[in-house]
Amino acid sequence: MKDDVILRTITKFMLPFIQIFAFYTLAHGEISPGGGFQAGVIFGASFILIALVFGKNSARSKMPRNINDILLSTGDFIYAFTGLFCIFAGGLFLEYGKLPFHSAKEGNHIGMIIIELGVAITVAAVMMTIFFEIAGKEDD
Amino acid sequence: MIDFFTTHAPVLTIVVFIFGALLAPVFGRINNSLSYYCALITTALSFVLSVYLLFSVYNNAPLEYFLGGWKPPYGIEYRVDILNSFILSVVSFVSFLSVIYGYGSIKSEIYEKRHPAFYSVYLLFIGGMMGILITNDIFNMYVFLEITSLAGYALIAMGRTRYSYMASFNYLILGSVGATFFLIGIGYLYMQTGTLNLTDLAQRLQGHFDTNVVLVAIAFIVVGLMLKMAVFPLHFWLPDAYTYSPSVISAAMAGTSTKVAAYLLIRLMYTIFGIQAGFSGINFSGIIIVIASITILAGSIIAISQTDLKKMLAFSSIGQIGYILIGTAMVNKYAFAGGLLHILNHAMMKTALFMVAGGFFYKFTSTKINDLKGMGRQMPFASAMFLILSLSMVGIPLTVGFISKWYIILGAAQSGYWIVVPVILLSSLLTAIYFGRVVHNLFFKDSEASNTGILHAKIPYSMVSSTAVLVFLCIFFGVFAYMPVEISLKAAENIIGAMPWK
Repeated sequence: MKDDVILRTITKFMLPFIQIFAFYTLAHGEISPGGGFQAGVIFGASFILIALVFGKNSARSKMPRNINDILLSTGDFIYAFTGLFCIFAGGLFLEYGKLPFHSAKEGNHIGMIIIELGVAITVAAVMMTIFFEIAGKEDD
Repeated sequence: MIDFFTTHAPVLTIVVFIFGALLAPVFGRINNSLSYYCALITTALSFVLSVYLLFSVYNNAPLEYFLGGWKPPYGIEYRVDILNSFILSVVSFVSFLSVIYGYGSIKSEIYEKRHPAFYSVYLLFIGGMMGILITNDIFNMYVFLEITSLAGYALIAMGRTRYSYMASFNYLILGSVGATFFLIGIGYLYMQTGTLNLTDLAQRLQGHFDTNVVLVAIAFIVVGLMLKMAVFPLHFWLPDAYTYSPSVISAAMAGTSTKVAAYLLIRLMYTIFGIQAGFSGINFSGIIIVIASITILAGSIIAISQTDLKKMLAFSSIGQIGYILIGTAMVNKYAFAGGLLHILNHAMMKTALFMVAGGFFYKFTSTKINDLKGMGRQMPFASAMFLILSLSMVGIPLTVGFISKWYIILGAAQSGYWIVVPVILLSSLLTAIYFGRVVHNLFFKDSEASNTGILHAKIPYSMVSSTAVLVFLCIFFGVFAYMPVEISLKAAENIIGAMPWK
């Protein structure tokens, strides 16, 4: 598919929109359909699209294995630390209302977005990992 | 400080595993041995927390923890009572000892490069089981069941034999079918009641037991969980999975995973299905007891015909799960305590047996029973431990195997299920036959010339000491059985006495 001009052009054109849509889904997950998981899938899918159209080496160079592995854990850490931070802020595990923002409402709002961000990062990294593992082991 | 600790202990038991599983690969990038210590510290911490929880709920009321501060039935609730904190302690203890054991055996059985990933997945495996035990939300139970199963598939596939992948794949297919059945059952229950919290579900199901939806839900859940715990006609994944996985994993799995599935069924039977009262004219106890009896006999009989030590132990595990089911299904205080004791006792015995089998494998890279001829002279300590464990499996007095069988038979006599007594006695006899065959090979036959060549000079101390601790406990709790018996009797009283909808 590397030689198909239409595919390459449209992919280049669409990629920013796909990724922005992922962030839109992330930011609006709290009040409308969407959320961290969906955002992560969309974001991961954008890299899979690159791999399909430009070849997996090209996609790997944009998302090297090391960075992918680090992202994989980072998302989980964000989630777990937020939960733990709520305990030390005097609440129960994952009780965002107790986070040190101005009010409980604000805390709920920001806490949930942080959690969703963590989920999104992990899901995106997992999507890419699964795809590259199945596509072949080029750097083993 | 103590208050803070008591309040948050239920969730911390799970959170340590999340952090451990994430930190293990990070440390692994620096040094492989750091990820080992990460796993060791995590399991040790969880064991301390579980024992603390056990003592706390034994002396006081059950602990409740509302995640995110959302009250049930809206939020997820963690609930710790004597029943699940007892099994929490067993699971975390077995997993801790398995990590110690792994210090020697993992190096020789798993590729160096995979060590950090191995510890990470191992911690997820144990953490998932701790989650199943501690949560009071039925959908949360399903999620944790999937976490622990997926981790389990990966762990089995890390074995070095060619067949490990096939064993893992078989387990993947059958395990997914089981988990899906469980999920369908949850879906039906949710359709009928609109709630997922167990306590709430128990109240709302009252009066709905005659509807087909609930009956189908119960059927799906029971069959799905029986697949997960490898009850007789649904046991095909288990022997291969235990035989071809690394020694640490067969030891840890034999002690924990099927027992956690058994806990799930026990919890659901008593809390929401109301086995105490029976429903729709169906004798629920009777059905489970018949299935469990067939499992006990079939597992023992198939075990006799095995030529591989690990496979024989795996079939023996299938039979022993039957004891746990049979004891807990009789709705009798003593039988329930016996079934619960058997979770602890069988976890200790079978883990230790798989550890000994792993020791044989370490030294001779074979677990064929015929290759073990004359091992009693070459490995006297390991063979002696095997002998003690075999006696315990048969149920000789002064070992733990006797205690649990005694209480199950006592309960059977009290509740009038006389059929259970000959089943248990007959299976003890069959157990004596298949362990006797191995012991005979170990002590009374001359070693063949082919396996005198010693591959490894000495079994590492970590492997010997962790096995020895379990063997010691097998005798210690067999002689001084007061503590586990008291705990399980109290748990039995609590769970049987509490009619779910009163």
